[in-house]
Amino acid sequence: MQRVRADAREDASRYRAVSLLARNWALLFLLLMVVVFSFSGKNFFALDNFQNILRLATTTLLLAYAETFVIITGGIDLSVGFLMGFSSVLSAQVIRKLCLAGWSPGACIPLGVAAAVLACLGCGMASGELVSRYRVPPFIATLGVLGVATGITLHISGGFPIGDLPAVITDIGNGYLYYLHPASGKGSFFRPPAAVTEAQIRELVRVFPNATVLIVAVLAALWYLLKHTRFGRHTYAVGGSTDAALRAGINVRRHLLLIYMLSALLAGVAGVVFVFQSGIGNHTSWGANYELFAIAAVIIGGASLMGGKGRITASTVGVLLLTVLENGLYLSGVEPYYRFIAVGLILILAVVIDQLFPDLF
Amino acid sequence: MKRQSAFVTYMGQRWAIVFLVLEFIFFSILGRGFLTLNGVQIVLFYGTTLALLAAGETFVIVSGGIDLSVGFVMGFATIVSAKLVAAFSRMGLSPGLSIALGVAITLAIGVGPGFVNGFLVGHLKVPPFLATFSVQGITYGIALLLAGGAGAAKDVPILANLIGNGYLLYWVRGQGLSFFIRPEVARGTRVVEMIPTMVVVTVLFIAVGAYLLKRTRFGRYTYAIGGNIDAAIRSGINTKRHLTLVYIISSLFATLAGIIYMLEYVTGKADAGASFLLDSIVAVVIGGASLYGGIGTVWKTMLGCLILSVLEMGLRMMGVPTFDKFIAVGLILIFAVLIDQFFPELIHKED
Amino acid sequence: MAYLLEVKNITKRFGGLIAVNNVSMGVNAGEVVGVLGDNGAGKSTLIKVISGVYHPDEGRIFFQGREVTVGSPMDALAMGIETIYQDLALAENLNVPANIFLGREKLKVALGLFPVLDNSHMFKESKKVLEKLDILIPSLRNPIRALSGGQRQAVAISRSIYWDAKFLIMDEPTAALGVAEQKKVLDLVNRLKAHGIGIIIISHQLHDVFSVADRLVIMRRGEKVAERITKETNGDEVVSLIVGAETI
Repeated sequence: MQRVRADAREDASRYRAVSLLARNWALLFLLLMVVVFSFSGKNFFALDNFQNILRLATTTLLLAYAETFVIITGGIDLSVGFLMGFSSVLSAQVIRKLCLAGWSPGACIPLGVAAAVLACLGCGMASGELVSRYRVPPFIATLGVLGVATGITLHISGGFPIGDLPAVITDIGNGYLYYLHPASGKGSFFRPPAAVTEAQIRELVRVFPNATVLIVAVLAALWYLLKHTRFGRHTYAVGGSTDAALRAGINVRRHLLLIYMLSALLAGVAGVVFVFQSGIGNHTSWGANYELFAIAAVIIGGASLMGGKGRITASTVGVLLLTVLENGLYLSGVEPYYRFIAVGLILILAVVIDQLFPDLF
Repeated sequence: MKRQSAFVTYMGQRWAIVFLVLEFIFFSILGRGFLTLNGVQIVLFYGTTLALLAAGETFVIVSGGIDLSVGFVMGFATIVSAKLVAAFSRMGLSPGLSIALGVAITLAIGVGPGFVNGFLVGHLKVPPFLATFSVQGITYGIALLLAGGAGAAKDVPILANLIGNGYLLYWVRGQGLSFFIRPEVARGTRVVEMIPTMVVVTVLFIAVGAYLLKRTRFGRYTYAIGGNIDAAIRSGINTKRHLTLVYIISSLFATLAGIIYMLEYVTGKADAGASFLLDSIVAVVIGGASLYGGIGTVWKTMLGCLILSVLEMGLRMMGVPTFDKFIAVGLILIFAVLIDQFFPELIHKED
Repeated sequence: MAYLLEVKNITKRFGGLIAVNNVSMGVNAGEVVGVLGDNGAGKSTLIKVISGVYHPDEGRIFFQGREVTVGSPMDALAMGIETIYQDLALAENLNVPANIFLGREKLKVALGLFPVLDNSHMFKESKKVLEKLDILIPSLRNPIRALSGGQRQAVAISRSIYWDAKFLIMDEPTAALGVAEQKKVLDLVNRLKAHGIGIIIISHQLHDVFSVADRLVIMRRGEKVAERITKETNGDEVVSLIVGAETI
């Protein structure tokens, strides 16, 4: 009797070990890649490069967070990539026009940002109403909305990037929290130290991109929202069983509306970040596939397209996995087309693992 | 309880045709040269790619899935076919043979992506969205790899261009009709071209596809799987194998579209089909198919394609920027789904 | 003694179809009434009228002695009328406390600023109600996906009890359960009876209904064709009433 129990316990713990590994496969894979690329890539394993990766991943992270909420409810939002373009164009245009008209940057910029974010909220409201009140499948609702938004975007921009924005924008977007000149010991917050020569600028150590400050704040807020509030709990419930949620008295219609508005809001923020990082506003081209990558990241992070599963932290790992992959391949001198192949293969791996261990949460 | 007049209900169920007719009227009033023979043919020419992709997509959507890879499989096919035909030509084969062999082998290769999709969806139970998205990326990567820079279509014989841009019928006043081959004429004589050859080819394949879906047991099974896969399994249908075949069909249509593109433009372009993907899905939905599966037909999808092609061409001829096409397509799509929802509701009204 | 829940002359039509035709019945506190009938007899429609999913075209509903209008499922819940559906309406991806408190989650204030889910409170309260009903569930923290059919049924019932249900409607409670679990659920129903709750059970399993129901109401084609006290009838008679071999 005793021996049987010992064997069973051994099997159980072995299963637990394997499933623990499988559950965190994305994170393990990420670490593995970091190790491999440190050897194969030029200057991969450097503070500069890592911060660069984080900085560039900002918009993708925001889009992935947007998709996380929507996918947990069992829906999908195809419009996030295009709303990002819409937001970048609208904010850039407003800022540009106002600044040319003589307003101070301190006034134009917040107005431009607010306009873009509000406009995206409006789009989210449209998607949300279509899905929640008119029962249009999310695929189609968000497809329709992105079409209208892209049309408007192109009308505003004429298909060309909008530049001529105040320089302070890119200063903020690409700036770091702290700058240090190691040799002389001079350091300062938010901008390079004043008394620094041309030669010394190259030796500056930059710590913590502003963009990452934003992401950390957003990540914390959204993580909290999903895990510790009623809103988050209801999001999982709606995704797990719309019927159960309805009969428990949850206003599913209103909840879904809010979810799509949140998604659009985050996409709007991503557009603003794009302007701050690149200094221009530009429409999203038809084959850019931002939303597909965001969705892939969320799935790699363990969510299911059926709904009911997904976590902000896991989506973050998913995005990092994809961006590190791209960065590492690039620094290792691999041509860009391999990136597509690699992403495809990893995604398949993600889903197959999910099939093997379906009860992982 | 509202009583819907029989006429309105009749029109509502056929709203797509009504819409198409309205489009025609709208554009022929506002656009120049829209309703001429030339104008109609341009629409058809443009619509062939969309039609082929949408036809393949119809099979997949009816089976309850979706195929995101069709755009890049098409691009992949343009490059593969260009390279093969060029290679055969360089080896010394006659133009006709080079093209024939190149096309045949490309079609054979085109089964590949479909097979992978089908295997993932049917055997490994991967959600179609993810499976085809992954394959799309992989196919794109391979296509870029093969393209390896410009000049993908050097050495493709002129015959390809002639075939791709040829017409079924040529009519010269005084000389009568001739088929497929442009007649030699004195300079200045007007040759009337009718029905692009590629359109004929497209229509043929689509007709085959439509027949396959509607009248064969294969088609019946596809509807069954889309309607209720469990029931399908329990009635003995080999769903794994069937789904693999369905995705192969979609891939073949996309490959065909790529081959035709290559013949028309005599070039290989990896992202040639990228912009058609979403349009093809929109066409299928406008045609009344359900994204959940079990409903939809090839001919109705063609109606959807027509609506979109007419829209695109009409806007272009009106000189309106294509930006508005996005808005229009978005609105039409939403309109399509809402109508499908509201009209059944008005017919069987429940509590 | 007045009925806890009573319906008088309820009629419900759908287009030209009369789903429920002039049905009257009542349930006392601490009593189980089994509603029997073949498919299409109108049982489901009747309970949906009681639980607020449908509005009756004719007839009145009385609860705790007063006439009421059940405008929506939320109204019914507010009155203390809870329905346990055949598919249980539980969220598979959430755990037991999350399901019991679904839609009515308890919050606490963290750091004096933010409202936060009070998970420990919900956990403790769930444990209490499960113990009160003598239900044994080993792990409350795992998603209920891992529980058996009978355990899920128990969770659904506990949910209703926690929120002070006074009247319970159970639609095919034992349909998908194995023999041992069926017995557990029926024992649970008896315990609920002892707590003074009025219960309607719809079921095709005659032996189950016979083992817990005090009275039986038989419906056919939308009408109530008979009412019997369980002890005074038997399976054969009930079957013939359901099928239509005799009336009254």
